[in-house]
Amino acid sequence: MPTRIQKEARPDTMLLNMGPSHPAMHGTIRIMLELDGERILNSEVEVGYLHRGFEKTCEHRTYFNLLPYTDRLNYVSPLINNLGYVMTVEKMLGVVVPERAQHIRVLMSELSRISDHLTCLAAMAMECGAFTVFLYKMKAREFIWDVIEQTTGARMTTSYIRIGGVRADLHTDFDVVLKKAVAETRGVLKDVHGLLDKNKIFLNRTRDVAVMSPEDAVAYGWTGPCLRSTGVLYDVRKAFPYLIYDRLNWDVPLGERGDNFDRYLVRMREMEQSLRIVEQAAARIPKTSPALTAGGIEPSAAIRDSRRRRVREAVALSPNLEGSEEYRYPDILASDKGYVVPPKEETYTSIEGLINHFKFFMRGHGIRPPKGDVYFAVEGGNGELGFYIVSDGTDRPYRLHLRAPCFHIVAALEQLIRGRYVADVIPTFGSMNMIGGELDR
Amino acid sequence: MGVTEKHMSRDKKKRPPAGQFITTQFNSLLGWARKFSLFHYPFVTACCGMEYMSAACAHFDIDRFGAGWTRFSPRQSDMLLVVGTITHKEAPVLRTVYEQMTEPKWVVAFGTCAVSGGIYDNYAVVQGIDRIIPVDIYIPGCPPRPETVLDGLLKLQEKIQHQDQDWRWKKRTY
Repeated sequence: MPTRIQKEARPDTMLLNMGPSHPAMHGTIRIMLELDGERILNSEVEVGYLHRGFEKTCEHRTYFNLLPYTDRLNYVSPLINNLGYVMTVEKMLGVVVPERAQHIRVLMSELSRISDHLTCLAAMAMECGAFTVFLYKMKAREFIWDVIEQTTGARMTTSYIRIGGVRADLHTDFDVVLKKAVAETRGVLKDVHGLLDKNKIFLNRTRDVAVMSPEDAVAYGWTGPCLRSTGVLYDVRKAFPYLIYDRLNWDVPLGERGDNFDRYLVRMREMEQSLRIVEQAAARIPKTSPALTAGGIEPSAAIRDSRRRRVREAVALSPNLEGSEEYRYPDILASDKGYVVPPKEETYTSIEGLINHFKFFMRGHGIRPPKGDVYFAVEGGNGELGFYIVSDGTDRPYRLHLRAPCFHIVAALEQLIRGRYVADVIPTFGSMNMIGGELDR
Repeated sequence: MGVTEKHMSRDKKKRPPAGQFITTQFNSLLGWARKFSLFHYPFVTACCGMEYMSAACAHFDIDRFGAGWTRFSPRQSDMLLVVGTITHKEAPVLRTVYEQMTEPKWVVAFGTCAVSGGIYDNYAVVQGIDRIIPVDIYIPGCPPRPETVLDGLLKLQEKIQHQDQDWRWKKRTY
């Protein structure tokens, strides 16, 4: 079946196919170009190569069970996706999240934002030929993922932020690892500024290439760093503050021209602001948790001793290995019964606890929000990440829609590359941060 | 250095120096050469690509195992890494890429989606890439940790070392 561009193409031009498997098209997207020599006359973007049926699948999963699917939407910053979904359900249910959990959520989502921007700019720079930048940024991302792994137990697909709070408390060494990650990331950002900001090759490929006007950006529905690069001040964290963002001190970096270089620079500046937020949140986090004073013997020592005697001491496990112990609840999970997983002590020792457990996990029971619909948005790595959930009062969403920020951004790609050269497609596409899981859902 | 050279030159006339020949089978020699010079083509579609990037970069460094050279052309590579979910829309593209690769070639299914479809058991996703192309190594995990990837690579190298090397480039039949 001929596509639009094949029907409209002039007879004396050449049609060129970029993608869906192309070295510069990270992710899967197909761009059909109508070329006059090197110049792009027209183009057509085809999406849907990573359509995994997210929204339909969610209609068959309970509110608790569909959390892992949200990890895999914007897979560069899974924790923000968790947060967006969880806060939408919390808005439906009216759950109040403890203070410490709110701080942990802010910490985790800002670390995810840094890793998102690092990956985007790393790929963009690599495709422009700056491989050193790619290696440096991946190095910084590893240090950030060390923090995430220590806290959540997983590197990427974490499912850490749960309805009513978070799954596990912070590790006792959290501050040490965080300090190292922040210092390493600052160093890498400084290096990358030095490598790229006045680099003639990079500037030629990005400065005044693919300029977006603020009016067009708003009309296309751009949000996030791409919108802010055009000079429009819109950040969900400032416009509709959630969690503790309104109590922290940070700025929204803005661009001036809306070209590729501004999109790069806004992301770089945003990472610095995210580091500020992380430091403030880590300093302000309420130090009430038992995790901070938890002692005990090492697991290996406990196993060794258990061969000779009954071990009665507490065993010092990483918090993300522990189950849902009751004494941790007041700090990191809401106290509403029926919205959070019941404590394991009660499940294993009392009949009421066991019934609570079954009621939570049985089909047709569990979390059942009231009838109605709700929309809630958080500031994702790419922009406004919104979830729209329609509930019919059962334990599964009647309909779940994701407002994916990069869908709207990629929609403007055809306009941005019209009249430019083939080589300009690569930095333009790279600066948009197209994420397949989020775009095609 | 100087002492050794003097020693070598003195002995050269009397007998051939040691270590000038080895005995092996051509099959295992070819396997040894092939397993340490894998040029890979990352067919990155989804989340696993992030862990592929980690495995390829400085911290985990896939280069230590002789697979550091990423080729973005199927014609220049001999190991196809299928990284991520393959949907029915993507499947013909993957098949084309595989057929463009020259023999000898190996395929790694990277991550649960490529292995079996993973959590996406629905209308859109191919339930494992072995329905389209032959697979040599399956790396589980959603996504696999870089250590798992390196372990899978070592297992592939072992497989290459011990397989019939097909060195006359016979036509493979499946």
